[in-house]
Amino acid sequence: MNDSKDTCREVIEFLASYLDETLEEQARSKFDAHLDVCPYCRDYMTSYEDTIRLARSTGSDAICDELAPLPEQLVQAILKSREP
Amino acid sequence: MTSLSIEESELLSALKRGDSDAYERLVREYGGRLYAAAYRVLGRETDAQDAVQDAFVSAFRALDTFEGQSMLSTWLYRITVNAALQILRKRRNRPERSMDDLLPGFYEDGHRKNPKPTWSPLSDERVQQEETRELIREKISELPEDFSNVITLRDISGLDTEQTAQVLDIEPGAVRTRLHRARQALRTLLEEEYAT
Repeated sequence: MNDSKDTCREVIEFLASYLDETLEEQARSKFDAHLDVCPYCRDYMTSYEDTIRLARSTGSDAICDELAPLPEQLVQAILKSREP
Repeated sequence: MTSLSIEESELLSALKRGDSDAYERLVREYGGRLYAAAYRVLGRETDAQDAVQDAFVSAFRALDTFEGQSMLSTWLYRITVNAALQILRKRRNRPERSMDDLLPGFYEDGHRKNPKPTWSPLSDERVQQEETRELIREKISELPEDFSNVITLRDISGLDTEQTAQVLDIEPGAVRTRLHRARQALRTLLEEEYAT
């Protein structure tokens, strides 16, 4: 992020790195400085973070016991598929 | 060079000999984990069962060519997740949206076109509603497949970047880029629901 004129574009481009805390310190400082004065980018960041929360929450509802056995009917159907 | 444990090597040898007991052991021992992986991708029990069945059928056919380059469990996992993604593709019932329409546009000076600072942070309660989850899966299905697959595996299934790259057979850098684009595009699709 070298050109201050491009910071809105760059803030959005590097948002994932910023949130993952993988941006270098100098870039992070410029990023923070831009967020301080740009309500649009702050708003974009909030909505981006919410989007991640929404997607992760969708997955967290679809967790099941990995140790649970498969239904017997499914096991038999799978094994039957080997038959010529 | 093999990545198999002694136990997996013995099981693989028995499978390649056509030992029926080995096949049954494979299905019973690995089935639960594979079902859980498919269910995470698909969010529906019947679809997850179909994915596991498709995966085992594919694995049985490919056993002769599997030489233990990865663990047997990893190999089966990749096949299952790809079978689940295939079912996800067939399940699409909405036209695919163009990424160009969903990514933010910028003027030459770097300012964003048509910014609307109207998004209010969502409460945990709203994020966790059942209808919200259905909406998210529906909206993700509108993204082009290269992007919907990555966001499904990374954010919904919880795979890390390396695992996602392996399953999709792409570079980790491509996973990171596509994930960022996919989240941006999904954000745009959600604007009409959540922007105030």
